[in-house]
Amino acid sequence: MVKGWNWDGFFDYLTNYYLFEGALVTLGLTVFAMTAGLAIGFALALMRMSKHKFISAPAVFYIWVFRGTPLLVQLIIIYTGLPQLGIKFTVLQSVLIGLAMCEGAYLAEILRAGISAVPAGQINAARAIGMKESQVMRYVIAPQALRIVIPPLGNSVNSVLKTTSIASIISMEELLRRTQVLIQERFLVLELFIVAALYYLAMTTIWDLIQRRIEARFGKAYGPMSIDKQ
Amino acid sequence: MTDRETVIEMQDVNKWYGESFQVLKNCSLTVGKGEVVVICGPSGSGKSTLVKCVNALEPIQQGTITVTGVEVNGAKTDLPKLRARVGMVFQSFELFPHMTIMENLCIGQRKVLGRSDDEAEAKATMLLERVGLLAQAQKYPGQLSGGQQQRVAIARALAMDPVAMLFDEPTSALDPEMINEVLDVMVALTQEGMTMMVVTHEMGFARKVADRIVFMDEGEIVEIGDRGTFFDDPKTERAKSFLSKILAH
Repeated sequence: MVKGWNWDGFFDYLTNYYLFEGALVTLGLTVFAMTAGLAIGFALALMRMSKHKFISAPAVFYIWVFRGTPLLVQLIIIYTGLPQLGIKFTVLQSVLIGLAMCEGAYLAEILRAGISAVPAGQINAARAIGMKESQVMRYVIAPQALRIVIPPLGNSVNSVLKTTSIASIISMEELLRRTQVLIQERFLVLELFIVAALYYLAMTTIWDLIQRRIEARFGKAYGPMSIDKQ
Repeated sequence: MTDRETVIEMQDVNKWYGESFQVLKNCSLTVGKGEVVVICGPSGSGKSTLVKCVNALEPIQQGTITVTGVEVNGAKTDLPKLRARVGMVFQSFELFPHMTIMENLCIGQRKVLGRSDDEAEAKATMLLERVGLLAQAQKYPGQLSGGQQQRVAIARALAMDPVAMLFDEPTSALDPEMINEVLDVMVALTQEGMTMMVVTHEMGFARKVADRIVFMDEGEIVEIGDRGTFFDDPKTERAKSFLSKILAH
């Protein structure tokens, strides 16, 4: 028997508060993952760029491990595996730890690329007027690096928004998990998952608009970017 | 320069890149207060490296450099403080592209010297007026020509009230028609008694304002002469050969 498309079911789910809350949780996880990930990533990027091997090597190792394994596996290890060693985290704690640590590894590489892209001459100029190393970073390197990394960082936000759905596997009640829970009620799979997809699409679209405004703001000193002008 | 107070003193400076390549060989040079020293020589002779050692943008392995008696490479030297007292102008300007011209002139005054916003802006306004660019104060470096950017860069260095100014090929990256506007600012500075070390290929400038010319080749200071004798009667074969090449046209 072909059921066909059920408009009533579709609109029910579209206005379902339980799903809406799930979307808010997804949003919250994304904001946290980016914020904590940026802090971890910035520290890792600075460590990785150190001349001293004993500072850079741990960062290289960390990034290698967390970028080289799936978040799904990391979450299961944190939530289900670590209790074997007597280390227990709640679902929420496990998800927050996993997202922040994993995202930190990716953002470290983005931030490192941005910092490396600031010409050495700028650093010399900042030192030459007497800035301390921390001031060189804050007033000269960071603002220029930030402009360079905004497009890839925006990409990360978009990616994390969707990656949070992996947390459903350890029963974190975010958007996808709640979608799966609702299936049991009416088995309107298509209608329900289309609504979930629309939520994700709405959030990534809104982020797109925000990102464009941020790029315009940080690019104002440089004029419109074009590839035919050096 | 016998009775001048010493501002910059370099003694037997040796510098290597890596293990084997020596960029500076036993370089000794004293620059007195208000003196203008032009450093010339073929490319790769170590001229730029020499001036960058004065404010420790480049480290040295042997010898001593002092600025107003403060040892540049001393273990306890407060490098940021020392650098703040030595102005530097780079070949590629190196204005901060994310800041307006006004901000470029104020950032060091505020964050390094601790001047108030008003003080810093007053000083910046005075200097921009002097280099003829006050109208550009709210623009960004990318909106200015190369010559204008370099004049701003000079003003940025002057804003720190330096005891000496270092110029590393300040006109080499400029289109020919913009070279003079930058040289004019530099000539005016010499007339005010600024102590200057200038790496340049502008021999007209050297002839006009240099107290002494330092000729370098392969990391060595080959000859130091006053502007008259250096151009008209160079002592060494290497200097003669260099001058014949650059003054051929």
